[in-house]
Amino acid sequence: MALRYEWRSYICLGAVKMDKRKEQGVFFNFDNTSPAAPLVIRNGRVIDPLNGVDRVSHLVCDEGKIWGIVDEIPERFNQVEVVEAEGKWVVPGLVDMHVHLREPGREDKETIATGTRAAAAGGFTAVACMPNTQPSLDEESKIRYVIQRGENCPCRIYPIGAITKGLDGEELAPIGEMVHAGARAVSDDGKSVARTNIMRNALNYSKSFNIPVICHCEDPAISQKGHMNEGVYSTRLGIRGIPTIAEEIIVSRDLLLAEYTGARVHIAHVSTAGSVRLVRDAKSRGVNVTAETCPHYVALIDEDVGMYDTNKKMNPPLRTAHDRKAVIEGCVDGTIDVVASDHAPHVSEEKNVEFDAAAFGVIGLETSLGVINTRLVKKGILSPMQMVERMSVMPNRILGLGGGTFSRGAIADITIIDPSARWIVDARMFHSKSRNTAFEGAELHGRAVRTIIGGHTVYVAGE
Amino acid sequence: MDISIQHLLGLDGVSRQDITLILDTADSFYEVLQREIKVVPTLRGKTVVNLFYEDSTRTRISFELAEKRLSASPLNFSVSNSSVSKGETLRDTIKNIEAMKIDMVVVRHSCAGVPNFLTQCTDAVIVNAGDGLHEHPTQALLDMMTIRQKLGRLEGLKVAIIGDIFHSRVARSNAWGMTTMGMNVVLCGPPTLLPQHYDSLGVPITDNLEEAIDGADVVMMLRLQRERQASGAFPTIREYRNRYCLDLDKMYTLPDNVLIMHPGPINRGIELASDVADGNNSVILEQVTNGVAVRMAVLYLLGGGENG
Repeated sequence: MALRYEWRSYICLGAVKMDKRKEQGVFFNFDNTSPAAPLVIRNGRVIDPLNGVDRVSHLVCDEGKIWGIVDEIPERFNQVEVVEAEGKWVVPGLVDMHVHLREPGREDKETIATGTRAAAAGGFTAVACMPNTQPSLDEESKIRYVIQRGENCPCRIYPIGAITKGLDGEELAPIGEMVHAGARAVSDDGKSVARTNIMRNALNYSKSFNIPVICHCEDPAISQKGHMNEGVYSTRLGIRGIPTIAEEIIVSRDLLLAEYTGARVHIAHVSTAGSVRLVRDAKSRGVNVTAETCPHYVALIDEDVGMYDTNKKMNPPLRTAHDRKAVIEGCVDGTIDVVASDHAPHVSEEKNVEFDAAAFGVIGLETSLGVINTRLVKKGILSPMQMVERMSVMPNRILGLGGGTFSRGAIADITIIDPSARWIVDARMFHSKSRNTAFEGAELHGRAVRTIIGGHTVYVAGE
Repeated sequence: MDISIQHLLGLDGVSRQDITLILDTADSFYEVLQREIKVVPTLRGKTVVNLFYEDSTRTRISFELAEKRLSASPLNFSVSNSSVSKGETLRDTIKNIEAMKIDMVVVRHSCAGVPNFLTQCTDAVIVNAGDGLHEHPTQALLDMMTIRQKLGRLEGLKVAIIGDIFHSRVARSNAWGMTTMGMNVVLCGPPTLLPQHYDSLGVPITDNLEEAIDGADVVMMLRLQRERQASGAFPTIREYRNRYCLDLDKMYTLPDNVLIMHPGPINRGIELASDVADGNNSVILEQVTNGVAVRMAVLYLLGGGENG
């Protein structure tokens, strides 16, 4: 009896979900082969940090490229498609340089198709996906596979290759061949390259290709068995801790290696005050380093784990209010160049378990913009211009994607943001396959209303 | 008076009124245990599942006896004969047990937070019998019951808890409960077996045994797991014994009526000298007796609430 009831309510819920999701927005296939028609985006607040523009004006695109930012629309564009953007922000397409799309291997969690829909709905025109798939992206053919799977998807996809074969930290993966196939960076994300000599070789070798080596910084000897930040709350909850020094010891090592070899290093998901300080010091010495953090380190702290909420469990873990403050300061002063989501989809049976047994990671593609806008921009901590730097200009520059600007001739990747849209996070409405958000039920301000790639609209939000 | 908590998940956040109610109720069950017929009919018809994912003899027996003496029907589920080895999730296990219509679950698990997790999976009343490094609330309640029985009060007494504090859920539950009851708790052990953040539990923490036991009304020694030595927490058992074993020499520095407690099982000659464990100040066996009374009180107060 009970079973039949649950089955029915499930069907009902499913039906509601599909209708509601359609109301959320519509996707359009991205056809790379046909030239984009001219497009005028009128009366938006055009924000273009590289050209120092932040004013209400019109953005004109032609043949999939930026034609210009104009106060009066030239006559030849009078008859073209117009997008009204009054009260909206018109910014260079956002880029999320740290996502896990799980394909190949764990298509039950996410696929390139669903992940890129989530990305487009979140305002991203490009994502860079991590190589810890099954099998891992550690050779040319696998890089090509991901690129091929991303064709016609509503978001550009740039694979990141593995540093070592199988991410096992022993032998270098064929970095040159992967870069030739289209990899934009290398990383063993999910763990650090444990052996310092291998990491030194990886940094030296990658210099030939002018790509960043993206470092997941974690000393496993000291973080092992840990499941949340080591501190007051881990002690109270009886959960073994991951100390801040587990991150900082390897941040120090990799910064020293970067300084010594002269290679490009990008520190992924910075979560601690100490890491921010180390990166700031290294930058002041001229080390070739960039750094990123994630919306959850900006918005949440270890206390938010509450009574063992597995949707607040990720690696590195949520830290203290002191660390959060330092991470935010790093975003403001530019020590932290990039905000990326570390979108890590997991199926419910990996999260709906004992805290120690739960998988690390949260999804973020569809909440990243809303969280940063709500927690930093709306509060006046970060200007809209700075937000665009962290989420478009810098990831474009680090990965060499050529976007992040409205200079004439630049690729017409554009995100239109409604900064005042208020919405409640409801994971059932996500386009991602997974539901493991740390922001369920949160009220956010701001979301993407239109996402444009190469002059083609790929996503339009519902009313 | 009714108890205000629905489950007993820990003593962190439990009010003084609730703890006092449990201790008072336990005192009256203690009287029952002195009678010839030690059974009362208060939980007749209720089924209590003892869900033990971690080895435990005395806690499980203590709960089972408490359940039987309240006329409840105990059902024992331990990891060795369960379907856990077949890869069933904890959520599915509890859902299946619940589908057989049970009223209460007493749970012990090596992962912290499992009792909290179970409250989201089932409507049954959950009693924590020890979860990871988190809490062991009935142990702390029986400790407080024993102290109150022997010394007549709790307020203002000084309690030193000595040993592997970091890995001890008993120390955590006692720190919360005893502080709520107005006692002064000091935690003591080698720095490698203390929490890194000394302010975490709201009580003073020290690595100096003499300082910890100075003027103590109660000294509670914790069991030292020998495998901690292999993990590098201290150099040798001998060095640990020299620094932290409560022996007769240290007993001489303590007041005549000091209580010596231990949650068991004892490592004789490591944390506690036999002369002290078997001495006049030791109330270790009284703790075991009171354990049954306290567990009866907890099951009665939480399980009887619905029927008035």
